Amino acid sequence: MSAPKQVATGDRAILPEGAKTIPIYVMGKRYEVPETLTIMKAMEFAGFKFLRGAGCRGGICGACPTVYRKEGDYKLYFGLACQTVVEPNMYLAQIPFYPANRAVYDIEQIEPLADAVHALYPEIFRCVACNNCSKACPMKVEVLDYISAIKQGDLARAAKLSFDCIQCGMCASRCMGELPQYHIAQLVRRLYGKYIQPGAEHLQKRVAQIESGKYDGMLAELQKMSHAELEKIYKEREREPDMVPLGTWMPKDVSHL
Amino acid sequence: MSYTPQMQELIKKVEATRPERVARAKRGENFPALSLEERAVVLGKFHPDYQEEGRRALRVGPDKGLVVPEEVAKVMESRSMLRPEKIDLSKPDYDTDILILGAGGGGTSAALMATDAGLKVIMATKLRHGDANTMMAEGGIQAATQECDSPYYHYMDTIGGGHFTNQPDLVAALAHDAPLSIAWLEALGMIFNKKPDGRLDSRHFGGSCRKRMQSSGDMTGAEIMRVLRDEARNRRDRISTLEFTPAVEIILDESGKCAGAVLYNMETREFFIARAKAVVIATGGNGRLHIKGFATTNHYGATMDGVVMCYRVGVGTTCLPSTQYHPTGVAYPEQNVGLLITEKVRGLGAHVLNIDGEQFCFPLEPRDVESAELIKEALEVNKAVVTPTGRYGLWLDSPMIDLLHGEGTVRKELPAKFIQFERHGIDISKDPMLVYPTLHYQNGGIAINADCETVVPGLYSAGECTGGLHGENRLMGNSLQDVITFGRRAGISAAKYVTGGVELGKLTLDHIAKFEKELVDAGITDSIIAPILLPDYSTDEVSARRLAEARQESE
Ligand SMILES: Cc1cc2nc3c(=O)[nH]c(=O)nc-3n(C[C@H](O)[C@H](O)[C@H](O)COP(=O)(O)OP(=O)(O)OC[C@H]3O[C@@H](n4cnc5c(N)ncnc54)[C@H](O)[C@@H]3O)c2cc1C
Ligand code: SF4
Ligand code: SF4
Ligand code: FES
Repeated sequence: MSAPKQVATGDRAILPEGAKTIPIYVMGKRYEVPETLTIMKAMEFAGFKFLRGAGCRGGICGACPTVYRKEGDYKLYFGLACQTVVEPNMYLAQIPFYPANRAVYDIEQIEPLADAVHALYPEIFRCVACNNCSKACPMKVEVLDYISAIKQGDLARAAKLSFDCIQCGMCASRCMGELPQYHIAQLVRRLYGKYIQPGAEHLQKRVAQIESGKYDGMLAELQKMSHAELEKIYKEREREPDMVPLGTWMPKDVSHL
Repeated sequence: MSYTPQMQELIKKVEATRPERVARAKRGENFPALSLEERAVVLGKFHPDYQEEGRRALRVGPDKGLVVPEEVAKVMESRSMLRPEKIDLSKPDYDTDILILGAGGGGTSAALMATDAGLKVIMATKLRHGDANTMMAEGGIQAATQECDSPYYHYMDTIGGGHFTNQPDLVAALAHDAPLSIAWLEALGMIFNKKPDGRLDSRHFGGSCRKRMQSSGDMTGAEIMRVLRDEARNRRDRISTLEFTPAVEIILDESGKCAGAVLYNMETREFFIARAKAVVIATGGNGRLHIKGFATTNHYGATMDGVVMCYRVGVGTTCLPSTQYHPTGVAYPEQNVGLLITEKVRGLGAHVLNIDGEQFCFPLEPRDVESAELIKEALEVNKAVVTPTGRYGLWLDSPMIDLLHGEGTVRKELPAKFIQFERHGIDISKDPMLVYPTLHYQNGGIAINADCETVVPGLYSAGECTGGLHGENRLMGNSLQDVITFGRRAGISAAKYVTGGVELGKLTLDHIAKFEKELVDAGITDSIIAPILLPDYSTDEVSARRLAEARQESE
């Protein structure tokens, strides 16, 4: 049998068979690019090499927020360049950075209370509930809702509502009240994770066992084992059944727990 | 851009076999996994690492003779951006205790531990703080936190998954520290998926004997990165972060100790000399080298710079020849090609199916085996779907997840994936996804010990740029754990070394001339200049119009 042929072609944009090109306007200048590409790959196709404005290329780092209008349409659209597919006659500009105020705090000292958040970010009360932020959010986060939850003191709700935020800064760029929404949300999520969400007790027990040196001997023994010995135990491992609830199953051999 | 009518027809075959498959899954019946012998056969025939074509021996440096992929060999045998004899090293632009290169999970953890020890840190990174592979990890992080599990089994699964090629001291350190790392993250305020009583939600993954995968939605890496970055920003009096300023060369002192790095501001094209008593390399992976033309899941700056720089100061590698292809990269729609579909989808019970809607493999084999099985089904069995742009794809039956775990589970457990496909008109809770292996992880890299030391005093390394921990195959969730465990260890070790008193002598870049002489002696005249920093995606037409050969540089 011959070696398998490779089928993928890296990240260089490939033109799907029969694809046509469409005009887009990068900061007002016209380029012809293949349809079906993302804004990012279309710009690279046109010859741009990103320095700013590209990070993960997978929709999660927030480096590539882009604002655009379509010809003949009054609306302003927002998207991630690495995720949004080009459309004919879109006029786009990337906004890879937008300045926002960030308060410094000490996570060990701060109290997990709305008052503490309000004290660090008094501008939160400048929110006029215009909802520009939610409209601008490429992750469809309900920004106004989390800001309102924080104002009302419901930090847990705000933590959950803001969870998908990738800190791209679009909301802050559109804010009537000049808020740095995503920095406030980050603070709230850390307060939630550290103080409000219940701690993992089994984890604390395991930490104590490790610190007592319980596993040092076992790990030393494993490191000395031959390939054959290891392979034997590896094959004999008992597998925790998929559908049993956590914390209820125990293996027959408990000598190495 | 939803599925084409032809594809929708094919989806009916998946739907036809689904009820039966779901019923079997509910009874706990799995497609049989391969034996170790069968694994070896499918790997040998179908995994790209085992093909001779596209690989060659390194001709210079500490690992001379080692056979690696062509794309890797090219950067390892590269020349420097700098002409050292013209550089004045006597007046450093920065002076610090610890210089950290790379601001992903590994670098940021190291920075936090170093400041805990009271030291001053500069963290220089290529893009923005957090534009890194860490940010992209979706599935989760391993740690033996449950009662039925222990570091012993974590060690066992890891070394078995790596085909017993792993470096034992690193595996032991990982298994030992993993729960401590999780506790550290929890104390920093990271949000984990938890049961109402606070128990960490944990799942199986490819190659696990216990449910050991902890997660934070399907944004585990992003949540880790956001929290670490936020904490680093709170310590800005002690950690100064230089963005868009990658390192291009390591600096030694005349006695051979590590003494800093040359940094390059990519925006202004200025170079800076940063002197430091210790350096931590945490520059991440190499997906953007696009080995064998494969698409990649990695971030834009994943070009293997750390390994290249270390190689020039005489630091060799471990397990470098091996690369991880993730079995389930997106094959359709075209604009998402190469992006990762987390293993969690299979962990939650989704089957992998061929064009006829049939299962052909156990969905949770170790990754290399799983990838090889998909490639086999496409190339040998000929039962893959071919997409409109001529790519192979196999079905990943995500709608099973709601059927197994209740309506809404896909939305809740895989929110980011859900949105990503929804943007292109595909509802993954109703329709399956098309997948094919994609270049995912640099298994090997800089040789270190369990204290993250390299052979050069004062030079430390942690994270994806290092090698040995995963052997020739990494298990999911072990690399996020790698960057926290070893990032922390690197910060602690470097701090201890610096606190012990380090006297730096005269700075030097003589190693560059030495390495380049080796290149010349080996008859290598066509080497590229690296670190390459960023990949170039210009089309041939655009490159041609740049007239590289036909124009003069005015600088
Ligand atoms: C899509 C995806 C999904 C993943 N999912 C999982 C998962 O579910 N579980 C898991 O455990 N692992 C997962 N991984 C792997 C894991 O995320 C990475 O291996 C790990 O986060 C690497 O961390 P790091 O700190 O070593 O490198 P990175 O996080 O990549 O950070 C490296 C940093 O160094 C910078 N840098 C590069 N070159 C230079 C230079 N010359 N000078 C200065 N800085 C430089 C980079 O820009 C970057 O900021 C995934 C990876 C990807 C890509
Ligand atoms: S909430 Fe704001 S910063 Fe976060 S993703 Fe949405 S627009 Fe971007
Ligand atoms: S944009 Fe600003 S002012 Fe308007 S709703 Fe959002 S937070 Fe409030
Ligand atoms: S490049 Fe990271 S979100 Fe687009």
